Amino acid sequence: MASTSERKTAAPGRLLGFIVLLVLSIVMLMPALFMISTSFKSNAELLLFPPTLIPKDIRFDNYTTIFEKMELLLYYKNSLLVSGFIVIGTLLSSSYIAFGFVRYRAPGRNALFMILVATLMIPYPATMIPQFVLFKNLGWVDSYLPLIVPAFFGSAYMIFLLRQFFSNLTDELFEAARIDGCSEFRSFWNIALPLCGPALATVAIFSFLWSWDDLLGPVIYLNSNDKYTLPIALAGLSSKFRVVPWNTLMVAAIYTVLPCIALFSFCQKYFVEGISLTGTKS
Amino acid sequence: MNASKETKYFYLFVFPWIVGFLAFSLYPILTSLYYSFTDYNVVNPAKFVGLKNYKDMISDELFWKSVKATLYYALVSVPVGLFLSLVFALLLNMKVPGKRFFRVAMYLPSMISGAAMSLLWVWIFNPQIGLANYALSLVGIKGPLWLLDEHWAMPSLIIMSFWSVGGGMVIFLAALQGVPASLREAATLDGANFWRRFWSITMPIISPVFLFQLIMSIIGSFQVFTQSFIMTHGGPHYATLFYVYYLYQNAFVNFNLGYASAMAWLLLIVIMLLTYVIMRTSNRFIYYEGGRK
Repeated sequence: MASTSERKTAAPGRLLGFIVLLVLSIVMLMPALFMISTSFKSNAELLLFPPTLIPKDIRFDNYTTIFEKMELLLYYKNSLLVSGFIVIGTLLSSSYIAFGFVRYRAPGRNALFMILVATLMIPYPATMIPQFVLFKNLGWVDSYLPLIVPAFFGSAYMIFLLRQFFSNLTDELFEAARIDGCSEFRSFWNIALPLCGPALATVAIFSFLWSWDDLLGPVIYLNSNDKYTLPIALAGLSSKFRVVPWNTLMVAAIYTVLPCIALFSFCQKYFVEGISLTGTKS
Repeated sequence: MNASKETKYFYLFVFPWIVGFLAFSLYPILTSLYYSFTDYNVVNPAKFVGLKNYKDMISDELFWKSVKATLYYALVSVPVGLFLSLVFALLLNMKVPGKRFFRVAMYLPSMISGAAMSLLWVWIFNPQIGLANYALSLVGIKGPLWLLDEHWAMPSLIIMSFWSVGGGMVIFLAALQGVPASLREAATLDGANFWRRFWSITMPIISPVFLFQLIMSIIGSFQVFTQSFIMTHGGPHYATLFYVYYLYQNAFVNFNLGYASAMAWLLLIVIMLLTYVIMRTSNRFIYYEGGRK
């Protein structure tokens, strides 16, 4: 009886929810759909108003001629190099450090962890000027080192996240390994890490996305054109032309976000897991 | 394992972070405090000038414009953005057909971020051929000049920021799924309506997540850079001169590192203070499972 009355009241609510969601989804998807459509347009069709959603003349070659218009492949390679090293550095260092915070009791541990959490709030602009001077004195300006090297000293955010995962591993597991003569480093590498595959995937995905997107760091440190990463190259594109070739710009933008979309579609599971951990267990 | 051995291993594992913290956080923060009292341009050694940079800040018209622009953006985009992401999450938490599709549709835009998003929205806001004015023309409104209009540039960027609420939405969605269904059912049986259930059950349980999101969004909104750099260059007429963009210009375009460091320190203090105030005042409203922390 209770269930039928509940269904009666819930049905109109659900229908309304469905309609609202449908409208919202269309609104949210429109910009992306027009991004794709613009990327396939001919130069002439770009100037049409109202803009056409389905191009009259679909120019697939926009996606190949871009490589003649700009050195997209070079920027791609640069971005992959920087993000790749940042991901490796973050994975290795953050998991190693998080393991220490979880596994061992030591004087100063809680204080250090408080400091770690506090550093989450430090805005990059607050440290970037002395960091720049430091890296300049080391002769690292116009190289990728200032962007990559800090990643090898752990990211507070990722340490925080991995610590949650590691705390779920039972002590017995490590005690058993210890009795079998397994060293502490081996129990980190051979026991903890393999058990935290999903967590590591989450860390890898998010550090990739963040570094792939970063503009301020590369803008500060990279001076020569052949070292630019994709975001700087995109920024340069927007001011390079007198008449803006929107189709070319959209093609470049789509190529840029493609790895992120691919990651998202293949690793949705890890997104959800990582998000629920970073968001809810704070 | 005895205590001293455990201490040894703790520091062996945490060592890289301590080095990183000293070199890339503590040392820079202290050094920038020092720089903020100097006249410094990288080439010549820093010259001590006392409080000059801070005094200059007070009389610098552009500095105040950048503060105003950033506050404008933060005060509108953060609350409305949080509200929207919570509403979207509540909608997606209902039992509706096509839920998976809706979730992807609303989250996908968050994947198109940074420089790519900025380029796309420059096109959308193009007054002649863009999507925004086309959409308005469908309902008979002649749209504004958007990014080219001093009064519309900031609203444009705020509207754009709502396109990325999917990120916050997914976090709220995860939190909502942690609300025990048994509690809601019991409340429904007791005759509690939707609002009552939301305020008395859902909201208290997700309140820690809400607080975390609030703080992170505020910190993020104070650090807008890409939009200024790509879409507006701070204009028109300094309407979108975001704080961090102006700081960047002072430091790396004008090489006025002392002044920029003073700005950086002010930003740090404001963010720390705001976080502290929010944490303190929210204590009463936040519900922690298993008692107060």
